[in-house]
Amino acid sequence: MAATTVPDKTTRRHAGRAAGPRAQGGRGGLSRKLSQNLQAYGFLIGAILCFGFFSWYPMVREFIMSFQQTKRGVTSWVGFKNIKTIYHDPYFWTAWKNTGMFTLYALVIGFAVPFLIAILLNELRHARAYLRILVYLPVMLPPVAGALLFKYFYNPEYGLFNRILKIFHLPTSQWLDSSNTALISVVIAATWMSMGSATLIYLAALQNIPGELYEAADLDGAGLWSKIWHVTIPQTKLVLSLMLLLQIVATMQEFTNVFLMAGGNGPENSTMTVVYMVYQYGYRYNNFGGAAALGLFLLLVLAGFSGLYARLNRNSD
Amino acid sequence: MAEFSSQNRTLISSATLARPRGRFIYWTVLSVVLVVFTVVFVGPLYWMATSGFKSVHEVLHNPPTLIPKDPHPSNYKTAWTQLKLAKLLWNTFYYAFGALAFQLVFDVAAAYALSKLRPVMGNIVLGGMLATLMIPSAVLIIPQYMTVLDLPLLHVNLINHPWAIWLPTVANGFNIFLLKRFFDSIPNDLMAAAAIDGAGPMRTLLSIVLPMSRPILGVVSIFAVVNVWKDFLWPMLVEPDPEKQPINIGINSLSQGVPQNVLIAALAISALPTLLIFLLFQRNIMSGLTAGSLKG
Repeated sequence: MAATTVPDKTTRRHAGRAAGPRAQGGRGGLSRKLSQNLQAYGFLIGAILCFGFFSWYPMVREFIMSFQQTKRGVTSWVGFKNIKTIYHDPYFWTAWKNTGMFTLYALVIGFAVPFLIAILLNELRHARAYLRILVYLPVMLPPVAGALLFKYFYNPEYGLFNRILKIFHLPTSQWLDSSNTALISVVIAATWMSMGSATLIYLAALQNIPGELYEAADLDGAGLWSKIWHVTIPQTKLVLSLMLLLQIVATMQEFTNVFLMAGGNGPENSTMTVVYMVYQYGYRYNNFGGAAALGLFLLLVLAGFSGLYARLNRNSD
Repeated sequence: MAEFSSQNRTLISSATLARPRGRFIYWTVLSVVLVVFTVVFVGPLYWMATSGFKSVHEVLHNPPTLIPKDPHPSNYKTAWTQLKLAKLLWNTFYYAFGALAFQLVFDVAAAYALSKLRPVMGNIVLGGMLATLMIPSAVLIIPQYMTVLDLPLLHVNLINHPWAIWLPTVANGFNIFLLKRFFDSIPNDLMAAAAIDGAGPMRTLLSIVLPMSRPILGVVSIFAVVNVWKDFLWPMLVEPDPEKQPINIGINSLSQGVPQNVLIAALAISALPTLLIFLLFQRNIMSGLTAGSLKG
């Protein structure tokens, strides 16, 4: 990127210096530069306003709101009171524990499964287009369709999953209705709905591995597993680590699926995530200061991961 | 077949596959994969589409019937009218394509300015836009909501207004990044030639840059539409009026007290538009996915 922009800038500066004084005199060059900049900002203004209103300003406001309280229309500074309230909320640690567990489950299931599927699909020589479409199909479902569909499948009495388990004489489960299994049930459904994109990204990365590496491994007498371990994984390490971080950041913000499938907090608060708690503070208790303070906690935790992601991403360029 | 011949060699060599044992294993694995994947990924959709035709009794029947015994197409009609699906779908469509229009106009213009017009402090603006990618969206939901409630300086309330959905989608650092990167690859000689012919920046954008950028515009457009179609929390907060809700929120809030078979029919209808978009544009979607997502 930088390589193309630098010459561009210099050539333009030369052109301006050379053409400006000859044609219009020194002041003309300046006013031309000004009008060029005005024109450019004319193109930028729409996006700048939208970023300003809906991204930059809310970022600042998130910090401000964390230290403010609004009562009967009067906003006042309350220092660390919101943060204390949130920290002493009896469900604070429950929400973090659930969010952490959700992310952990999502990594075990949602990280390994798409990679294995991608390896498998990469080996198949037939029906590739069909299989790729299949895997991505659930990604295109509106969340309401995917989540409510799984709610039917999970129903302990007439749900499809328990029926299948019964056919094979396996023990059935309470799925979403029990505090022991609710969280993992949501993770399974969420993984089904979203793993298509990860699979396709891994598939693209696998296709970029030079074939000679496998040839060489063959000559060294490597078996299937050692080829995966010594060629496939090292060659896709960067993509894998980026996706890992991306997935951590995404799953730690889980809201939609627990809200749609488990009504938010689930049996005995077993699915209450941090973002669901933010939602509760803001829209149930009408405590926007508390919600913002909780958001700040989340931001601090995720900022570490985001920073790591940006670093890895820069190195990949 | 073209894909096959250009295919690099992978874990398992063609020589291994050509042996009888290799061939046998390959075909077994292939058939298992085909069956399992079809069941896992299409099965639920098939269940949804067919259960929409079943009676309430049959939906709960054990074991489940593969083909509806006594099809009730009227469920779909009931779902359509009772859940006001026409209204919900229209709202979703309106939000999605409005958001697309705003993103195409503002993000393309911004990326063009940053890539080709290069104003002073352009890099700072770009940096600020890309920095938003680092902030988790869930964190900003509360202050964003407060902003929409009372837009600073203008003091208008955008709740229940489509702008509350359209305008925030423009603030998409990823779009700017993808578009700018593509515009950077258009040679500056072309710009210079257009300038010599007397074309202003607007003219250059419309008749040179945009026609060359069709692939990236396609990718950005599809993701713009699909993202709005799939969004949940934000539209739930900013469009509380049931008359103005998009399909995700509308179906969920109306789902209580609707017979199961009718609700399933409604879900099937709600899934149809995005699945159709996907089947029509799957090539673009998949290329966009791998083109952009990694460097986001």
